[in-house]
Amino acid sequence: MARHLDRRGFLKSTAATALATGVAAPAVWSPAKAQSRQETLLVVSESGPNNIDIHGVGTNVPGYEVSWNCYDRLISHEMKSGPGGVPYYDRDKFKPELADDMNIGDMSVTFRLRKGAKFHDGTPVTAKDVKWSLDRAVTVGGFPTFQMKAGSLEKPEQFVVVDDNTVRVDFLRKDKLTVPDLAVIVPAIYNSELVKKNATPDDPWGLNYTKQNIAGSGAYKVSRWTPGTEVVLDRNDDWASGPLPKIKRVIWRMVPSAGNRRALLERGDADVSYELPNKDFAELKDSGKLSVVSTPFSNGCQYLGMNVTKPPFDNLKVRQAVAYAIPYQKIMDAVLYGLGTPLFGATTPPPAAWPVAHSYNLDLAKARQLMSEAGYPSGFETTLSFDLGFAVVNEPLCVLIQESLAQIGIKTIINKVTGANWRTELNKKVMPLYTNVFSGWLDYPEYFFFWCYHGSNSVFNTMSYQSPQMDALIDGARTAAANGDTAAYEKDVKGFLDLAFTDIPRIPLFQPYSNVAMQKNISGYQYWFHRRLDYRTFVKG
Amino acid sequence: MLRTIGKRIATAIPSLIGVIVVTFLLTRVLPGDTASFFAGPAATPQAIEEVRKQLGLDRSQPEQFVSYVSHLVRGDLGTSLTTGRPVVTELATRLPASAELTLLGLFIALLIAVPLGIIAAVRQGSWIDHLCRIVATAGVSLPVFFTGLVFVYVFYFILGISPAPLGRLDVFASPPPDITGFYLIDALIARDFETFRAALAQITLPAVTLAVFSLAPIARITRASMLAVLSSEFIRTARASGLKPSTVVMTYAFRNAMLPVITTLGMVFSFLLGANVLVEKVFAWPGIGSYAVEALIASDFAPVQGFVLTMAVLYVLINLGIDLLYGIIDPRVKVEA
Repeated sequence: MARHLDRRGFLKSTAATALATGVAAPAVWSPAKAQSRQETLLVVSESGPNNIDIHGVGTNVPGYEVSWNCYDRLISHEMKSGPGGVPYYDRDKFKPELADDMNIGDMSVTFRLRKGAKFHDGTPVTAKDVKWSLDRAVTVGGFPTFQMKAGSLEKPEQFVVVDDNTVRVDFLRKDKLTVPDLAVIVPAIYNSELVKKNATPDDPWGLNYTKQNIAGSGAYKVSRWTPGTEVVLDRNDDWASGPLPKIKRVIWRMVPSAGNRRALLERGDADVSYELPNKDFAELKDSGKLSVVSTPFSNGCQYLGMNVTKPPFDNLKVRQAVAYAIPYQKIMDAVLYGLGTPLFGATTPPPAAWPVAHSYNLDLAKARQLMSEAGYPSGFETTLSFDLGFAVVNEPLCVLIQESLAQIGIKTIINKVTGANWRTELNKKVMPLYTNVFSGWLDYPEYFFFWCYHGSNSVFNTMSYQSPQMDALIDGARTAAANGDTAAYEKDVKGFLDLAFTDIPRIPLFQPYSNVAMQKNISGYQYWFHRRLDYRTFVKG
Repeated sequence: MLRTIGKRIATAIPSLIGVIVVTFLLTRVLPGDTASFFAGPAATPQAIEEVRKQLGLDRSQPEQFVSYVSHLVRGDLGTSLTTGRPVVTELATRLPASAELTLLGLFIALLIAVPLGIIAAVRQGSWIDHLCRIVATAGVSLPVFFTGLVFVYVFYFILGISPAPLGRLDVFASPPPDITGFYLIDALIARDFETFRAALAQITLPAVTLAVFSLAPIARITRASMLAVLSSEFIRTARASGLKPSTVVMTYAFRNAMLPVITTLGMVFSFLLGANVLVEKVFAWPGIGSYAVEALIASDFAPVQGFVLTMAVLYVLINLGIDLLYGIIDPRVKVEA
């Protein structure tokens, strides 16, 4: 009996469950919130940070953005007018940030710290914090240490506390990149006492603490962070290292669907978006409802690489044939929608700069002739690999190249590699033909060529290219730069550019653009070498 | 009853151990190198080795497994590399988001599918039967991301009656105090009706998207099972005895037709919970499906293992719940361990 009642009771209650559906409120921003909306910047992008400390293990690129805005460095870059009038960081001009004076000597540089600069918890920034932070950067290992090394910053002994407000950085050797390397994201200044308090014997540098907490003196503080969902940053009203930013609060939401990011912009709900497909940017640009800023990647290009250690690409004529069989213009139009700088068809010898155009053009007759001369009159088969993480550009690009190469007898099978796997595959250096992007933070041709063409065979010399002549030119340019010998420098840079284009182990295709779309009432966007947003200069209204 | 539950859970333990071993091995044979992925785009081979060491990936697989299991026993599922948080915390905040969405979607589907299925069975061959067939076919054949994107396009972009597809709450609302993790319920408990309305507005489109997808199996099963019951002898007897048609259909036929519907429901629920990744992506919903997929793409082992384990536990619990429900609906069904 009891059981029977149970059953009946249960059935009744199920049937009685009533539906109460309210009507959806239409407005995203309720009127009461209009005021804060005026002082808030809503940024949408595909992915968010995994770690808000750039010294952390495996911090991703969105994490760099948080670090850039929440920490100060000793120095930063001035702005100049870049391509299309966009404010663009000036590679050669530095401005003080935490330091208010910089004195470059022959074998050292001395910084005087700004008076009144405080960390977010109110403790003053002192020389020992600076030393501790730079020590940390060269010691923790992984990416930060590697980046410091690029500027010959390798040992803690190089950082000397002169007095409470003065720090000296000694040079290991003359290197033109040492001072620029102090203005990248990595040498951020940390609140040493705060981090030390939260360090453990297993984790002497407190990486676990700074992974989720800001210990800096920067213009913004992280007030809420839900990984994969949002980051909320509030202005640090006591910021001393520059003019007080106009934007009080930045809400950065992760919206995985590109279509929705575009819809949010067009409806006027989101203020700034990047990481949209080129097609969307091209259409937004044409519609004129939003301001769309496209800036070429500094010191970067997308290229088609060939493994020169194995046939058939060990044959120079085959490489040249491929270079003559790329549908360059079609790629610019159909893949990039014009949002890229062409790097082909130059009619004059390249200037001493990078990236610059090579002289190859689509010329199938010439390509076929080169193929016969190389001993492949009927072509060959190979695979063409690309990173699926950037499939929006890579996939149509590879299909176009596949079609075009088929016309000179090169049959290619397209091999799609997932993002997680791509770097592993590159490191193995066995892919015969592939497309990839490389861009360097430090905007110097010899820096790019050292990583990509030098016989020391770094990860980015993906072609396994070896040439003593090339090495001599790159090393020569580095020495000339360190000694300030402009004539020798230009000669060597032109030399290695020329050699890279004649030997053509990799074919530069185009210089990609960094695209940012904003509402019309947003101004103050600046292009930085790291290609992330600097919230400090944004203005709304 | 309690003994039955205990027995059932005990039989699930071997399968859970199997799940732990298999997911550990599977994540290890995945292509892709975690260390080189997290070492960043400009890493040297030494830098990659350093990262590998820091992540403990340089140790042998049995060693890694022992350390994984010993952490697991203490309730520690490891730390996600992509989000930088402990997997347990992540799952605990993301599971309610997925569950709330799935439950509401399923509830809407039930409200439409069950009556539709019943009427289709009672009036076999009528226009409503055809409607049922069309709705079911359309529902399964439209991919969820497509339905989702169309809904966003129509209701948000064109008509503007739906809020921006920005996850569980609009940008300026703050979540209600955390009690169940279900925003709708928590907001009601806190008597915060503005948040309730905001949360409801956000969840409506994704829930309807899911409902459209899960309508089909429920409507079809209800119809089929009702047809079988309606043609049985006891219904003929009931009709012959002059009972009201509504009593015959609802009290006698429907109750007997419920068992297969409940089974399907359990299956659809557990399937949706993991499979609504696409809906989560379209609506920027912070659920566990998208979490697991992102982790998989980044070769981030800990969340993948944690996700599979959680899903396994959920399957066990849902099946147990359904078996117990059988007993309540139909006392003739004895739950045997």
